Amino acid sequence: MHFGPHLLLAALEGLVTSAVLALTALGLSLVFGVMRVVNVAHGEFFMLGAVLAWAITTAIGGHPALGFLAALVIAPLIVGAIALVAERLVLRRLNYNPEATIVATIGMLYIIQQLALTIYGPEARPVEPPFSYRILLPWFGYSGYKLSVIATSALLLIATWLVLTRTKIGLIMRATQYDSETAQAFGIPVGRVYGGVFALGAMLAAIAAALIVPISQAHYLMGQDPLLLSFIVVIIGGLGSLRGTVVAAVLIGLSDGIISMFFSPTLAKIIATLLVAMVLVFRPQGLFGTASR
Amino acid sequence: MSEASPAKAYSLHLGVIALLFVLSFLLPEYYHGLLARIMVLAVFAMGYNMLFGYVGLLSLGHAMFFAAGLYGAGLAVIQLGWGVPLAFLGGIACGAVLALLIGLLALRTTGVAFMIVTMMFAQVFYLLILYFATWTGGDQGMVVPQPARVLSFGATSLELTNPTVRYMTALGLFSIVLLVTSAIVRSRYGRVLVAIRENEERTKMLGYDTFSNKLAAVVISGTICAASGAAYALLFGYIGSSFASVQYSILPLLWVLLGGAATTLGPLIGTLFMYYVIDITSGYTSAYLLIVGIALILLVLFFPKGILGSIRQRWLGWLP
Repeated sequence: MHFGPHLLLAALEGLVTSAVLALTALGLSLVFGVMRVVNVAHGEFFMLGAVLAWAITTAIGGHPALGFLAALVIAPLIVGAIALVAERLVLRRLNYNPEATIVATIGMLYIIQQLALTIYGPEARPVEPPFSYRILLPWFGYSGYKLSVIATSALLLIATWLVLTRTKIGLIMRATQYDSETAQAFGIPVGRVYGGVFALGAMLAAIAAALIVPISQAHYLMGQDPLLLSFIVVIIGGLGSLRGTVVAAVLIGLSDGIISMFFSPTLAKIIATLLVAMVLVFRPQGLFGTASR
Repeated sequence: MSEASPAKAYSLHLGVIALLFVLSFLLPEYYHGLLARIMVLAVFAMGYNMLFGYVGLLSLGHAMFFAAGLYGAGLAVIQLGWGVPLAFLGGIACGAVLALLIGLLALRTTGVAFMIVTMMFAQVFYLLILYFATWTGGDQGMVVPQPARVLSFGATSLELTNPTVRYMTALGLFSIVLLVTSAIVRSRYGRVLVAIRENEERTKMLGYDTFSNKLAAVVISGTICAASGAAYALLFGYIGSSFASVQYSILPLLWVLLGGAATTLGPLIGTLFMYYVIDITSGYTSAYLLIVGIALILLVLFFPKGILGSIRQRWLGWLP
């Protein structure tokens, strides 16, 4: 293959990564933006989504599309419920103290990961894609499912943006993010908003995982990379900025896809992580965010 | 907080050291070896406590300082053929330089950003170890050869693989670090650190240069952690990338939280307790990370001050 098509393939792969990353990172960004909680267990909610998607499609059987659609709806709901319970039982009692919640979510990370290992096992298991149509380009055939992942993710991102900017729920969330005390004084149930946002964040990660699992397999350690990448995206995009998150996800996903295709993936990770650390040190508000506080 | 009397504190520290010395002759072989390892790791926890307990800076990247000492000492022996004392100092120097560098960058941030930045630098360090696998051994790790692990003074030579020598060396390092850290936190400088933890703005207004004080704390903390890593490589003879992973950044946090942050003996108690809990539970289940996770959550929920912190609050106000 020549350089051009090679680059196109790398870019397409990168876009798929970006699509999933944008959803996952958006969840992390919402939780941080509204609650000021750094959720280290976010990657594990992603992993739970993938593992549950596998369990649901296996349980339902029949046509792959049927199981997949069920998984896409049910897995995020279960993950959201788990997140809600965790928020009520642990985070709320800690008064959302930033340092205590980091330690607590590290604890959740270990608990979820170990339970997944004990119950689900160490194997990586595939999920059959809902359809296996291949789009034939002049140089290579490309999976239609991967393209549909990009489209679905874009739709979900637009939907989230509409909810945040055009509905009352979004207004309540933004008010809580802006100033939770004043919001409470105006009768907004801040505690319930926090619970909802934490669950929503986890659900976004679970949806992303359910989408990606037909491409990469479900494994109990699969939450590590998305967590780190989401951190990177959220920091570069500016914490709490939806547009920044999406732009950064596309940027990171594309460069990750292209750099890993031409160089060593480890080197790509080293460069990306170092760059992000430097962004955080020298431009804490992110590349696109405006200075907050 | 009541004023701690120096005499009581020093006799407690010396008592603990004497107890550990006596235990060397009483413990059965298995626990003898385990305790040597725990003492070395308690030094790691003490280094972490220096920054987390006294300055209130929560780092999620201290594995890189431990690993800098570990690899600095281990690779000096394996690749350069250095002697043990020189390699030990080399490991410590690696940790100190790295801590200075990381401190200069990471201290520009505060709070949550500080945690994420330290975690990311540690991740870069970890990936670099994997990337340069030809020299570092990557995730397979490397064994420090037994013949090289010998301390020689003129005619006499001590083999670090001998259990008693190993135990006494670990105890020696532990005692030095315990006495040095308790002297530091008692000094004028230690009080400035606590003042920064309690209210940085006010400390700044009182005329203290908080940045350079914090930087010095990062360097001291990193150096102590590197000493622990260097001792670990030389005493137990194995270096591997898992010691640089996120998990090894979280373990000292757990040990310190469990034992009691900002107490001099908390790191030892926490490390000891956690090791025995894992040792006992691993008889029943392989899922020891589950125990770590549950312990972390229960600790922050119910005992944010840890074992010694709670004891100090309720009964013994003088506890150092």
